[in-house]
Amino acid sequence: MEKEIRIDIRKLVFVEDVYIVSDNIITNLGFTTEENLDQVVSGHTGIKLMEDERISPEPFYASMIDREELTGRFSMLGNPERYTRFEQLVVCSVHDALLQTKLNLAGRRVLFILSTTKGNVEMLKDNSRTSPENNRLYLWESGEIIRSFFHFTNDTLVVSNACVSGLVAILTGARLIRAGLYDHIIVTGAEILSEFIYSGFSSFKSLSRGPCRPFDKTRDGLSLGEGAGTVILSSRPDLNPEREPVLAGRGFSSNDANHISGPSRTGEGLYIAIQQTLKHYKGKTDYISAHGTATPYNDEMEAVAITRSGLQDVPVNSLKGYWGHTLGAAGVIESVAAVHSIRNRMLIGTKGFLEPGVSQSINVIAQTRSENISNCLKIASGFGGCNAAIMYYR
Amino acid sequence: MEELIQNLKHEIIESLNLEDMTPDQIESDTPLFVEGLGLDSIDALELIVLLEKKYGLKIDTAEEGKKVLYSVRTMAENIIRHRNQ
Amino acid sequence: MSVSLHISNFCLIRNNHVMAGKHLLFTGKEIAFQDFIKEAYQHFKIGYPKFYKMDNLSKLGFMAAELLLKDRDLNRDYGKDGTGIILANAAASLDTDRNYQISINDRNNYFPSPSVFVYTLPNILMGEISIRHHLFGENAFFIQKKFDSLFMVEYVTQLFEKQIVACCITGWVEMDADQYDAVLFLVEKTGQLNDGITIFNVRNIDDIYCLKI
Repeated sequence: MEKEIRIDIRKLVFVEDVYIVSDNIITNLGFTTEENLDQVVSGHTGIKLMEDERISPEPFYASMIDREELTGRFSMLGNPERYTRFEQLVVCSVHDALLQTKLNLAGRRVLFILSTTKGNVEMLKDNSRTSPENNRLYLWESGEIIRSFFHFTNDTLVVSNACVSGLVAILTGARLIRAGLYDHIIVTGAEILSEFIYSGFSSFKSLSRGPCRPFDKTRDGLSLGEGAGTVILSSRPDLNPEREPVLAGRGFSSNDANHISGPSRTGEGLYIAIQQTLKHYKGKTDYISAHGTATPYNDEMEAVAITRSGLQDVPVNSLKGYWGHTLGAAGVIESVAAVHSIRNRMLIGTKGFLEPGVSQSINVIAQTRSENISNCLKIASGFGGCNAAIMYYR
Repeated sequence: MEELIQNLKHEIIESLNLEDMTPDQIESDTPLFVEGLGLDSIDALELIVLLEKKYGLKIDTAEEGKKVLYSVRTMAENIIRHRNQ
Repeated sequence: MSVSLHISNFCLIRNNHVMAGKHLLFTGKEIAFQDFIKEAYQHFKIGYPKFYKMDNLSKLGFMAAELLLKDRDLNRDYGKDGTGIILANAAASLDTDRNYQISINDRNNYFPSPSVFVYTLPNILMGEISIRHHLFGENAFFIQKKFDSLFMVEYVTQLFEKQIVACCITGWVEMDADQYDAVLFLVEKTGQLNDGITIFNVRNIDDIYCLKI
């Protein structure tokens, strides 16, 4: 019966405004949004030369969270022996974001959405068959572990949509609030770097020799990273009255219908996602937060799609030079940065970018600077030909 | 050389899952990519793995890959050159 | 805005059977999924060599979409970006993740395969369907413990209401070791399913999902 009732209530509710009332970022650069953005604005990167046999036989560049530090932080919240690194990371990120709101977690009007590509995949090692005790390989089980930790009422919704997962998760959350189905949605994107992920990108020859260089002439691939990002979406702005409200607007996720790994040369899917997003907004776009993985093909494709959309003069950056590519977390982490850029009237420079290296003349932000922006178009693309775009504004 | 080319054709079909094809349908000198078998970038990466795994031939750059993977014959030639090194 | 939505077709693949639009189309002789799906591919004369390159999850979902969309051209009917693909399952790409892990278990025989790795993401299946049917619209892949008809109806309905899609392929495509199950629905504003219009709602979706074949 409840099924019918929910749909009836929904028709009585009309919500358009979805507020981002709280957030968090955890990466090599810090355990809060503020710590991370302070480091980023100072031009520091989390990408370092790592030697970790568990991930790769050879030294490699990546942005990784200090193991002891994560365990130490988590031990204030729970028993680290009972939770994997991935689960600890998600819990720490959600916990910090919740601290900043007056959100009441109980109730059917709150939903938790988890975005990740590979979750606990490192548990597969020496365990090619799944046994009942490592149900944790299933992403829904990760969602269930987090639900149980925070005593959320509803089952967790997990999004696993390659490198656009984070944006699809936020888009989904914003839509479910707009549809009147929930009042508050916590969206966390998280990814742990494992041998599984590293070896795969390596076999794809996608990895950069040094720290990645988005949109630069000498770019030669991406740097991997691990991290988590959280945004709390709400139909109510008063959950965090001290902050200037920034809203999650409309968006779209599309497919290139071209190739399962190579970006489309015409940028068709991303172009469609941008068009479908911008049709809801009359004013000009002030800033684009690009995916900018620093692989030759991705950055070129984005430049083509941006130019086809007539946005070639809009300031654009990539934040991959600070945190690396955190896959299922990237869309959320970079959205948090976009929200703060809008609130702080600031454009963050593209770490690693020196000389333009794409065929189109786009307006890459080289140095961090103040600018009175009021919105941001966030875009992303990934394997499977998927693309996504969403608008944030104040 | 001809024996190696025959072996390579079998291995290409197997590693790229070209189920409907037989070795005779692969021309030794026709370009493997674009025309020919219509292979794509993932196939190229998979052939690089094949050459390293079976023949110890390492390909590091895209330029090198293009030359070596041009046709079945160029693959065989490079394997032989690598053996004689 | 409220819209009324119809299930204009559906396809089920389970227990060596293929069913579409209430008709049992094919019963395989082979028990193992690999063999069964190849048999089905040959039976339906699909003629798409890239099929052999796909992982099992993609083969399963691709085949279901093939029969769901038989004689349809959604790109023409709804424009290139008018059709959404909204899928879910429980195991994500775990079936292929296990295969990939085998290629990196031994450091002395360490040859990670790019063509296996690319399928260690469940949404690759949506890419395969999009490529085959020239569909550029909304895409999302969700992971849930079990088939959740309420979520599916609510999520897809709001996509229509907000005019994000004009047509939608939605369903459950699960592949986990030797267990497989696929049910896909074609959802449109108008539609005729054989003997009558079937409304896209929780009860009808559950009825179709629970069909024993």
